Amino acid sequence: MRYAMAMDTKKCVGCSDCVVACQTENNVPHGYCRDWIVENVDGTYPNLELELRSERCNHCDDTPCVRTCPTGASHIIEGGIVKVTHVECIGCGACIQACPYDARYFHPDGYVDKCTFCDHRVAKGQETACVAVCPTKCLYFGDLEDYNSPVSKVLRERKWKVNAPEAGTKPQVYFLI
Amino acid sequence: MKKTSRRDFIKISALGAGGLALANPVLNWVPGFLPKEKTPVDESKAKRFPTFCEVCFWKCAGFTYLNEEGKIQKIIGNENDPHSNGRFCPRGTGGVGMYYDNDRLKYPLKRVVENGKSTFKQVSWDEALDFIAQKMSQIKKDHGPESMALLYHASSGSYFKHLLNAYGSKNYAKPSYAQCLGPREAGFVATYGSGVSSPEPTDVKNTKCLVLIGNHVGENMHNGYIQEVSDAIDRGASIITVDPRFSTVASKSKFWLPIKPATDLALLLAWIHVIIYEELYDKKYVEQYTFGFDQLKAHVKNNTPEWAYTKTDIRPEDIRNSAYEMAKAAPAVIIHPGRHTTWYGDDTQRSRGIAILNALLGSYGRKGGWYFPETKKVPSYPAPAYPHPHWTWKDITKPTYKGAGTGISNDLIKATLPSATHEHKIKGWLIVGTNLLTTIPDKELTLKAIQNLELMVVVDTMPMEITGYADIVLPECTYLERYDDIRSSQHRYPNIALRMPAAEPRWESKPGWWMARELGLRLGLEDYFKWKDVEEELDWKFKQMGTSLAEMQKIGVKMFDKEKDLYLQEGEERFFNTDSGKIELYSLDFEAKGYDPMPVYTEHKQPDPDFYRLIYGRAPMHTFGRTVNNPNLTDLMDVNSLWVNPKVAKIWGIEAGQEIWLKNQDGVISSFPIKVRVTERIRHDSVYMIHGFGKMDKRLKSYGKGIDDSELITNVKIDPIMGGTGMRENFVTFVLKNPHNEEVKA
Repeated sequence: MRYAMAMDTKKCVGCSDCVVACQTENNVPHGYCRDWIVENVDGTYPNLELELRSERCNHCDDTPCVRTCPTGASHIIEGGIVKVTHVECIGCGACIQACPYDARYFHPDGYVDKCTFCDHRVAKGQETACVAVCPTKCLYFGDLEDYNSPVSKVLRERKWKVNAPEAGTKPQVYFLI
Repeated sequence: MKKTSRRDFIKISALGAGGLALANPVLNWVPGFLPKEKTPVDESKAKRFPTFCEVCFWKCAGFTYLNEEGKIQKIIGNENDPHSNGRFCPRGTGGVGMYYDNDRLKYPLKRVVENGKSTFKQVSWDEALDFIAQKMSQIKKDHGPESMALLYHASSGSYFKHLLNAYGSKNYAKPSYAQCLGPREAGFVATYGSGVSSPEPTDVKNTKCLVLIGNHVGENMHNGYIQEVSDAIDRGASIITVDPRFSTVASKSKFWLPIKPATDLALLLAWIHVIIYEELYDKKYVEQYTFGFDQLKAHVKNNTPEWAYTKTDIRPEDIRNSAYEMAKAAPAVIIHPGRHTTWYGDDTQRSRGIAILNALLGSYGRKGGWYFPETKKVPSYPAPAYPHPHWTWKDITKPTYKGAGTGISNDLIKATLPSATHEHKIKGWLIVGTNLLTTIPDKELTLKAIQNLELMVVVDTMPMEITGYADIVLPECTYLERYDDIRSSQHRYPNIALRMPAAEPRWESKPGWWMARELGLRLGLEDYFKWKDVEEELDWKFKQMGTSLAEMQKIGVKMFDKEKDLYLQEGEERFFNTDSGKIELYSLDFEAKGYDPMPVYTEHKQPDPDFYRLIYGRAPMHTFGRTVNNPNLTDLMDVNSLWVNPKVAKIWGIEAGQEIWLKNQDGVISSFPIKVRVTERIRHDSVYMIHGFGKMDKRLKSYGKGIDDSELITNVKIDPIMGGTGMRENFVTFVLKNPHNEEVKA
């Protein structure tokens, strides 16, 4: 099993619903977020292009965050989901430095927090909170090893890219272009 | 003779409240209300209550979930709701912040004068309601009940409307008409005999071509609409966007036409010209269903794309090619009517242009164009007939604005001025859920009207600019803490939804239905409020519709069978509610009323040197000023910025992120500065900001964050047909040094 996410930049309107839904689902405190929106504008008026992306932890295959964690708090669970065990985290911040995607933050309660691919929902067969809420349905989630999963299907049919492939982390969040 | 008291603005939260102790609210939980426990809610075990959203007016239905401590945790869409399809937008998802906002109105407040200074005193509900009832009785006695007006824009407005009707007045208005979608309603009524209404019956999910004129769906998160736009993108439908700004949806369009502002009607006439003269119109449809084609053809003879190029800056080939794109898709094409259409004063005629173009392409009543919506009729709880008022808003408005379809808020305000010349004078305002001072342009005029009132009551959940001028402020609980009237809105299938409380009202806030009923009882109108509480009233109404309150509390949304066809049937005879019984390309009604029977392009002023047209719009996470204090949503955007083209920024030597002030054509300077966003996404002759920021109340977290565009909108172009307030003919220049410095020192 290998969980992955795809997000369609052609449909995303950058509304940030994924961000709020994650906050209310996962009790992310105000002022912090586990996912976020990036806006890229190219060109000069009136020859312009705009790309909007909903970004989060890439749940990489090769995980510098897990490698650098001195306590084992950062770890990988079934399906390749990268998680942090809060009680084992000493807040040293090594993983934050190691992550090329700036996907982790210091929770005010003293540990490092990040996207969990909503594993508590996925375990029950639900979609992640961001996927479930997205009004444009631009987010796809599923098992890459399942040929018929929404994410496998859309990655077969569409062109895609990943963020910072040069970091060599084999990120598992794909951007449809 | 009664001497009217002078009203000064009173800052409500100056009364002090626990919530003010938060030094840095952005970085803190709201103590005591949100759980410390970090485990997410288990939806299968969690308690949930049906609701429909009140953060905007799309009214998506969903469920409010409680966490294990019984506190409100999250709101999730109802999958059976055609407005949301189980998915809320960011504002709806963040609606929990309205409940947890500690800056809320907490207690009934009464204006008193202490040591020569106006201040608000916390009073009991009885004292507040008795005072209002006594004043309303006095107004009825002195001036007649018609002198009370209701200005509203909240769901609970329906109970206050019932109260006002029972009391003897029909003088009610929503700013959503004269400050927003009124022109398109009037334009479509003149063409098709019925308005557009909400949600718009545009068949976006089946369309092949969607044309947007200044409509920024995606930034304006009308939920079901953006969902269908996304589906249309998936299906490969083409989008044509006309906007001086490279909006989000412009970036997803096959054609983006970066129009010179205020010239949209020239483009529409050129499109109509191409469609007619290149014989691309739906001949069978036009012949069977429309009236006035020959007149229209002669009328647009000279409106060539070359002519329009000189007005719009859009190249003739782009005008032609986009027209061909529409014709290729017809009848599965939608020229969208927009929602906020009060721009330049000739907005009804622009909307007529849109309506006419749809008719030529045969899209009205066709799959992928416009469907015929259905609405479930909600019965009224048994009550005596309303008394017949001696005069209504129509007597004020209709002699001048003959095409007005509902009460005109700005006209009711004018009828409140001492200078109002007619015998129809307004003496009391009930204001429910609308911040008139930032909603209705020309704030000075509204303030003058306020000085002339004998009674001003504001019902709201949050302190707003308008609450500071009230005699009585009634704190309404949020939509998550109350029942409201049944939602029944038009859609493909008739449907209804229930809103019920998920929590007890915080502090002493109360639901609107309760306030309206209590006032009714105090005014001797008990025959109109025979139900003991809203549950009884709702249950009676639900039972007439074949359901019950108990069932609705479980399911939240109920769909009903259709009684009419969704689209025109092949060759169907159809009567349109116009003078000719047909779709009027040439409006007989407008002709009779003395308006142009077909839209005529008029030149609008363009900015003087060093001035830029002020364009405002929405961000997906905010609804006007209603959300800019919501902790969940300010987390996403807590201040607006001013979009400035890089070439303009260079001329002025302005850097990205620099704070500047704005001065408009009438010399009005913004109260606060705004940060500049230097971006290619805006035309060189315009600037753009999100509406709703720049709050004036110091004790709100959102105080002074950004600029309130409405304070710079002092040139108001009134639509001569329906009385709407055109707000896009205001121009601003930049003030680089703090113009308020002296005041700060003093």
